[in-house]
Amino acid sequence: MTPAIFAMQAFNGLSLFTILVLMAIGLAIVFGLMGVINMAHGELMAMGAYTTYATARLFESTMPGLMDLYFLFGVVFAFAITFAFGFALERGLIRFLYKRPLDTMLATWGLSLILQQAFRHIFGPKEVGVPTVSWLQGAWAPSALPGALFPLSRIFIVGLALVVSFLVYLLLFKTRWGLRIRAVTQNRVMSGAAGINTERVDALTFALGCGLAGIAGSSFTMLASTGPVTGQQYVVDTFIVVVFGGVENLLGTFLSAFIIGELQSTFEFLMTGSMAKASILLLVIVALYFRPNGLFASKVRR
Amino acid sequence: MGNGVITAEVTPKDKAPAAVRPLASRISRLGLPIIAVLLLIAFPLALSEFRLNLLAKYLCFAFPAVGIVLIWGYGGILSLGQGIFFGLGSYMLAMFLKLESTESGSSAQALSSFFGSNLPDFMVWNSVEKLPWWWEPFHSFAFTLAAIIVIPAVLAFVLAYANFRKRVGGVYFSIITLALSAIMAIVIIGQQGVTGGVNGITDFKTVLGFSLEAEGIRTKLYLLTVVLLLIAVVISGFIVKSRLGKVLVAIRDREDRVRFSGYDTALFKAFIFSVAAVLSAIGGALFTLQVGLASPSLVGIVPSIEMVIYAAVGGRLSPLGAVYGAILVGAAKTYFSESFVQYWLYFIGALFIFVVMFLPEGLAGLPARIKRWRAKKVSA
Amino acid sequence: MSDVILAVEDLTVSFDGFKAVDGLNFYLEENELRCVIGPNGAGKTTLLDMICGKTKPSAGRIRFGNHQLTGMMEYQITRIGVGRKFQTPSTYEDLTVFENLEISYPKPRSVRGCLFFRQTPAMLDRIGLIAEEISLQDELHTKAGLLSHGQKQWLEIGMLLMQEPTLLLLDEPVAGMSARERELTAELLKRISDGRTIVVIEHDMAFVRLIAHRVSVLHQGKLIAEGTMDVVQNDERVIEVYLGH
Repeated sequence: MTPAIFAMQAFNGLSLFTILVLMAIGLAIVFGLMGVINMAHGELMAMGAYTTYATARLFESTMPGLMDLYFLFGVVFAFAITFAFGFALERGLIRFLYKRPLDTMLATWGLSLILQQAFRHIFGPKEVGVPTVSWLQGAWAPSALPGALFPLSRIFIVGLALVVSFLVYLLLFKTRWGLRIRAVTQNRVMSGAAGINTERVDALTFALGCGLAGIAGSSFTMLASTGPVTGQQYVVDTFIVVVFGGVENLLGTFLSAFIIGELQSTFEFLMTGSMAKASILLLVIVALYFRPNGLFASKVRR
Repeated sequence: MGNGVITAEVTPKDKAPAAVRPLASRISRLGLPIIAVLLLIAFPLALSEFRLNLLAKYLCFAFPAVGIVLIWGYGGILSLGQGIFFGLGSYMLAMFLKLESTESGSSAQALSSFFGSNLPDFMVWNSVEKLPWWWEPFHSFAFTLAAIIVIPAVLAFVLAYANFRKRVGGVYFSIITLALSAIMAIVIIGQQGVTGGVNGITDFKTVLGFSLEAEGIRTKLYLLTVVLLLIAVVISGFIVKSRLGKVLVAIRDREDRVRFSGYDTALFKAFIFSVAAVLSAIGGALFTLQVGLASPSLVGIVPSIEMVIYAAVGGRLSPLGAVYGAILVGAAKTYFSESFVQYWLYFIGALFIFVVMFLPEGLAGLPARIKRWRAKKVSA
Repeated sequence: MSDVILAVEDLTVSFDGFKAVDGLNFYLEENELRCVIGPNGAGKTTLLDMICGKTKPSAGRIRFGNHQLTGMMEYQITRIGVGRKFQTPSTYEDLTVFENLEISYPKPRSVRGCLFFRQTPAMLDRIGLIAEEISLQDELHTKAGLLSHGQKQWLEIGMLLMQEPTLLLLDEPVAGMSARERELTAELLKRISDGRTIVVIEHDMAFVRLIAHRVSVLHQGKLIAEGTMDVVQNDERVIEVYLGH
């Protein structure tokens, strides 16, 4: 185990962390606010990935000269489309199931099935990939770690994930909107009485959660190809990250994603991919037994 | 009152339409005889053996659905992992059948013996040298039968009690069941040498000496399934009507209050979860018996959540409704896979949404709904 | 001189640094009807929460008879004879009045017992009796969710009575009731206090005067006065922090 291999392993874990953290933050915000778990969250990630793919196709056919820019547009479009979809979803479905979290899980599961099939219809059953833009091709080979290669595309998405996480933090803690979201999360009734439009907050927050999944999907395209069932593969991991991190604060979600991302890639080094995944899930379930409210749950009045 | 309650000087009063009659009468007096006649007499006469076998397949899924009615409708526990127990029952019986076939020398086994081995064929293909110790007990039918009941019951109870004692909440527990079913499917597929992997365990020819391909065996198995299912529905009805059933409803609606009525709520929830696990396991075993295979595709997330829709369509408060739900959705699935494969997911996805939004009490709740709707129109 | 049936000693609990109850000492004699009063946030409800097991104290002991309540689970505490009525009526909305009372019947409470239980004439008689006691004998087959606020309060008291508790903890039993309903409730409480020890949290001073043997005044998690209503009402500190001038 040379330092180079160790570093690359750690970096691999980071790549997984990238996806998990954005998905998990999106889910955690919504769960903390409305108590709902969106089972179609994975499909929203896939939607973001497919949007990026579609953007690549669009640029290829209409503005091949500007191909180098497509990816940035892809990320933005991914966010925009999943945000809009999330907004419509909340208004059209989720809000009617307010106070029925278990029913919401079932309804959104139904939606996820529909979306999967829609992807199959529109993009075909086979997985699709996107070209890497020229400025992200290649890898960084630091002289300090001979033999280590860190693909630029992956460095970019890790950076993207960190930046977006930071932006979400700023949004929640340094803006009026963030204040409203936090107020409603802590005390819906009082916030309503204080004049906050809780329905608006719900809709926009849900949309934000979906948008984050979209960005995650966009990042995902730099890691692997996307198919109709790609979303489903990350959904269980995301839920576990959220549950493990606790919904009390986002730092918990962030760290949980990091821990689980790194653990999983470490396990993958030691055993087959699927057994690694199974082991991680099992480990977290056991950990939850000892800490039912997650890693960083504050002492509740019990 | 029609449910056997002695009320002495207390006079029952039926109030406005919105008041619901006691839980007991949810199990409509007529529903059970009707379905018994249909399943035991009408269908066997009307359908070919092939279609009967299909119906039997749907009925196997009615078992976990009935279990889900108990734990979800009455206990408020949404399990997204009944596939775990269905799978356990399925695989355990498959192991027995496979060992029986291996020993008795069926066609595929001839191949194994050619290689000088008397292990199940898939083990030979995977260069497994010795039968794993945990396969050994399944040589015995008695053990297999007992295991199908006991192992899921114990596992379910331990899982549920451990969680509920720690006051793990509804959504969290659902996610745990989801993750566990994913884990089980992954492990089964990953360990293909000893589990048959993604292909599952197949190719058994006999059960207890009787050939599985004999004339009329399918009908007999179908009838066995129906009888067991009807017994399960009756037992579930008994549970639901009992004091236990009422306590469960109270737990579903206000668990912390029930503790202050002196009940160990975690124990009650774990008990009913355990019952549902046993039902699912029986369904799984019957499935393997009739379809001839045990497969990881019945263990994971997708099939587990599908089992919930059977209960939801039938009515989450009606064990009998779960039977109807399983038959209807099963029939729909066959129809789509025969004619419009690519529209099946749209259909079932929409069904989930539709049932949750517009028919939360399922088909069983339809009469009450119509009654309320009519009453509203009258008073308007 | 009656025996002390409930002894709360040095009881403390903090939530995130805020001491809701601070080194509280509180003693109840058998068959007393004690009212606990005090401004909002004084720790009254929290005290009841800790006695019945809903909240775990950070320090201190609670002894009931010869049981140490601290550390016991809610259902165990209920089974040894402590009954709690909550501030907001918590009845089983989806079950009828009859079923609410039935569930509160103290036997059986085991899984096996509940599964095979057959209604006995004794239980039915008792339900009928209690239903009359709480004036709900005509509503036995109404879903609890459809009762009026006052009726729900009474149903909850009825559920408590079904449990045959020795110690009743009532948290604002007349909140939201009309004057007439308050009178009826006061009568009900006086009737049921025979052979039972009762703690009542209330804000309505007229009501307290009607029912209390003794009164304890809590403020900021501590006991600041205790005695008959007259003594307490004339206590300077009590007037200062609660009753006004």
